[in-house]
Amino acid sequence: MIAIVDYGVGNLFSLKCSLDAIGAEAVVTGDAAVLRNAGKIILPGVGAFGDAARKLQSTGLDTVIKEEAAAGKPILGICLGMQLLFEKSYEFGEHQGLGLIPGSVVPMAGFIPAELKIPHIGWNALRFQKSSPLFRYIQEGDFVYFVHSYFAAQCNEFVIADTEYGQYLTAAVQNKNVFGCQFHPEKSGTVGLNILKAFAQLEDAPC
Amino acid sequence: MITKRIIPCLDVRNGRVVKGVNFDGLRDVSSPVALAEFYSSCGADELVFYDITASAEGRSLFTEILTQTASKVFIPLTVGGGINSLEDFDRVLKCGADKVSVNSGAIRNPDLVAQAAKRYGSQCVVLSADVKRVDGVFHVFAKGGREDTGMEAIRWIRRCVENGAGEVVVNSIDTDGVKGGFDLEMLDAVCDAVSVPVIASGGAGTIQDFIALFQHNSKVDAGLAASIFHFGEVKIPDLKQAMAEANLSVRR
Repeated sequence: MIAIVDYGVGNLFSLKCSLDAIGAEAVVTGDAAVLRNAGKIILPGVGAFGDAARKLQSTGLDTVIKEEAAAGKPILGICLGMQLLFEKSYEFGEHQGLGLIPGSVVPMAGFIPAELKIPHIGWNALRFQKSSPLFRYIQEGDFVYFVHSYFAAQCNEFVIADTEYGQYLTAAVQNKNVFGCQFHPEKSGTVGLNILKAFAQLEDAPC
Repeated sequence: MITKRIIPCLDVRNGRVVKGVNFDGLRDVSSPVALAEFYSSCGADELVFYDITASAEGRSLFTEILTQTASKVFIPLTVGGGINSLEDFDRVLKCGADKVSVNSGAIRNPDLVAQAAKRYGSQCVVLSADVKRVDGVFHVFAKGGREDTGMEAIRWIRRCVENGAGEVVVNSIDTDGVKGGFDLEMLDAVCDAVSVPVIASGGAGTIQDFIALFQHNSKVDAGLAASIFHFGEVKIPDLKQAMAEANLSVRR
């Protein structure tokens, strides 16, 4: 079973539906015991990094996710959920993340050419950097849907795919059993569903 | 590189698609769920559901079909029509909408855009503006294009973007339904004024109109249309093929 972490950030309806559509058993929960018993964890999120990080801390779920990741449980962060996997973010100040992947989250402004719009909204193509079980059912050049203004940097070793928007931006990351997608697989049509399917088929951590 | 988006718009009343639809192989042509699945499978990049229901009963039918659609269609879904308050945002977001478009609601309550952007994030708030030339000046119209607000459109759009609207749909009343092409002059004026994505609406009649739009102004991010898609006058796979041949970036 996959546990979708509900910590009061964003709408989880589409994500739950997309897992239903691929036949993956999933539950939306903020309950630490359910997260510990789940085979896999998805950390979603939209909005500001600082708020989301504070909510994870105040619910104590940050510790649960860190412990489960250390125990080898497959974890997938989506969008802001991916950014939270990193050590820190510089969105409106400096904030600590979960530190499951080395690197930090920085603004696109100043990095991409000035004539490009921020946020980066829309469909963009994936360029693979490393092979990953997450890409089992998709191909390089497949399009996925992005909405973001910040991106993960100083994490080259862990980038499994990037995307070109004036510069190459981190699109997907993996550090052993911890995965992250900057884009929204639940909004990326068949390609997105195939990424979720590959994640759902990863072996669960031994309990 | 990011692709140009093609967005079909469905008008829904009492849970059914209003304008007639003419497709081979589609059994229930007035089912929004079936149509949404069809468009998603032919490569639509996003869908807009526009609720033109007036009654409370129709409104609950709308949220019901929205829920059904969101559980089957996994591309971004924008909802508009009858959005006047944060409660309206909440109602459609809970049913699976990704973005909410406001039009008359923002004109009646100028704080709505700012409040919604603060609560849900700018990526969620789309300003939809019905614009028409009045004595050579772009004016914003309310109530489905029937009422001249007297407000200068570019200033209005810029203000809404400053308040947090994350995208702008520009619907030209002057070209709407004419099928002679998008309103390039109006779109240029909006693109020069704001730095958020701009979605062109009103006037598309042929594949060439979309190509002319994107070639004319590279700052236009998306083209939206309704009946030409519903009647099969422009088929999305053909449109995307033609765009790719014209060296425009498209998702295929």
